[in-house]
Amino acid sequence: MYVAVKGGERAIENAHRLLAHARRGDQGVPEISLDQISEQLGLAVDRVMSEGSLYDRELAALAIKQARGDLIEAIFLVRAFRATLPRFGASEPVDTGAMRVQRRVSSTFKDIPGGQILGPTFDYTHRLLDPGLAEGFVPDEPATAEASSVATPRVTDILGRDGLIEPSPQVEDGVPIGDLTREPLNFPADRDLRLQNLARGDEGFLLAIGYSTQRGYGRNHPFAGEIRFGEVEVEFFAEDVGFAVPLGAIELTECQMVNQFKGSATEAPCFTRGYGLAFGQSERKTMSMALVDRALRARELGEEVLAPAQDEEFVMSHSDNVQATGFVEHLKLPHYVDFQSELGLLRKLRQEFAEANDVEPMKEAAE
Amino acid sequence: MKQSWRLIIKLSIIIDNLDSASLVTDVTPQDSLKTRRKAAMAVLVHAEASDIAGRLRGLSLPRHDDLREPENGLVMLRGRVGGDGAPFNLGEATVSRAAVRLATGEVGFGYTLGRDGEKARLIALCDALVQSEEFAGGVEREVVAPLRAELLARQAQRAAQTAATKVDFYTMVRGEG
Repeated sequence: MYVAVKGGERAIENAHRLLAHARRGDQGVPEISLDQISEQLGLAVDRVMSEGSLYDRELAALAIKQARGDLIEAIFLVRAFRATLPRFGASEPVDTGAMRVQRRVSSTFKDIPGGQILGPTFDYTHRLLDPGLAEGFVPDEPATAEASSVATPRVTDILGRDGLIEPSPQVEDGVPIGDLTREPLNFPADRDLRLQNLARGDEGFLLAIGYSTQRGYGRNHPFAGEIRFGEVEVEFFAEDVGFAVPLGAIELTECQMVNQFKGSATEAPCFTRGYGLAFGQSERKTMSMALVDRALRARELGEEVLAPAQDEEFVMSHSDNVQATGFVEHLKLPHYVDFQSELGLLRKLRQEFAEANDVEPMKEAAE
Repeated sequence: MKQSWRLIIKLSIIIDNLDSASLVTDVTPQDSLKTRRKAAMAVLVHAEASDIAGRLRGLSLPRHDDLREPENGLVMLRGRVGGDGAPFNLGEATVSRAAVRLATGEVGFGYTLGRDGEKARLIALCDALVQSEEFAGGVEREVVAPLRAELLARQAQRAAQTAATKVDFYTMVRGEG
C-alpha cells in the first residue's frame, strides 16, 4: 500500500530561510563578492568548472557562494544550470601544443625545448601556515624576464619523433564522438567516452584510484612526461558565418603520463601513455586522470584486468560525484513506507523465531 | 634586427619553395576578407564589452539593426587524446552569439565565450563594419588595432612573468657545496 504523505511545507520554507541566514554568516562581516571568489579562490572555481563540466568562471563562483563553499553542491548547481541552455554545437578540438604556457614541467627530461617553467605553483613551498596572509597582505610584483621565442612542443611529440612512444590514436574525420551527456553509458566504452567521464569525474575519487595503481593495484610504472598549464584559443565552426570563428581563450591543464613499454613479435617495444586534460589549473586532477586513463587501457594493451583501476565499469560508474552524492544523500530523505515494510517483515521473523524457540516475544517500546 | 632576421628566413623559404610561395599571392578577395574578419574577431573576443563600446564611440556608425538578438547557449569543448589524437568531449562552455545588419546590407556575426550578450552584439557590429568598404579602415584603426595592442601587451607581460620562473640548471662539481 502506498501512503501519500503531505506536510512540512512551512518547515521546509523556514529551513531555507535559515539556510540563507547561515550562508550569509555574521552580517557584521563584509559579504564576499563573486570577483573575490573568482580571483582569490581560483582553484576552487577551476574545480567546479571541471567537474561541473561547464567553463564559466562567474557561474562557478556564484555556485560556490550559493553552496557555502561545498564544492560538490556547487558542481551540482552548475550541472543543473547547464541543462537550461541550448547547445550551439561543438568546438574545433583545442591545440594544447599551441598553449600560451604559464607552467610546464617534465619529470622525464631535464633539458626540453622551451625549458622547465614552474609558473604559479605550490611545489617547493614549505607547507607552513603563513600568518602574514591573515590580513592586509600585499604581494611583491612578480619578477619578469625576457620571454623566449622558442616554442614549447609537447614532450610526447619529441619522444614520438624517435618512435620511442606509441602515437596517439587517430580517427577519420566524421566519425561520431561519444558524448555521455547525450547517450547513456554502455560498456565496453571507448577512450573518447572514458576521457569525457574522467574529465568531469571527482578529483578525490580519481586521486584515490590513481594512487591505488601506484601502490600496486594495476601498476603501470608512470612518469610525468609533461604537465602544462596555460591558455588555449577556442574556435567554433559557425554554420551561419561559414568559417570557424574564434570564441576566446580558456585555461587548461594537460598531463601526459609516460608508462612502461609494450611490444610484440611484430612491433618494437615502446612507451605507452595515459592522458589527462581539465579546465583551469587542475594539476592533481589531470595527473590522477592520466594514471587512471592508462590503467583503463588494460584490455586494449593485453594486460590482465585485476585491479579496480583497470575495471572501466567500476571506475566510470563511480567517478561522477553528482550521481554519487545523489544516491548517497537520498538516504536521508523520507523512506517511511519502505522502512515500515522492512519493520513488518522483521517483526514477523522475530515472532517466528520466538515461536520456534518457545520464548515469550519481547514487547517493543515502539508498539 | 630581429625583424630583418625573420624577413631573411621568409625570403629563403620563398626561394626554396618558389612554386608554393607564389601561390600565397593568389588569394581571392573572399579569402582575404575572411582572414580579416577572423583576425578582428580573434582580438574582440578577448576584450570587455565596455572597451569595445568605448572604442566604437570614436566612429560615426552607420544605421544598423539586430538580425538576431543576443542569445546564450553552450558549446561542447573538445580536446584530443594525447593532445594530438582523436577528438573527445572535454566539457561545455557558455557562449553568447548575435547577428547585426547594417543599413547597407552587410551582416556581421558575433560569438564569444561567456554570457555577455551585449559583447556578442558589439562583435557582430564590428564584423559587419569590417565587411563594409566604407568602414573597414575605421573600425580597424579605431577599435581593433588599439584593442589588439592592449591584448598583446597583456600577453607579453604574462609571458615575461612566466619566463622569470624558468629553471636554469647548473651542474655542481663533486666536492663543491
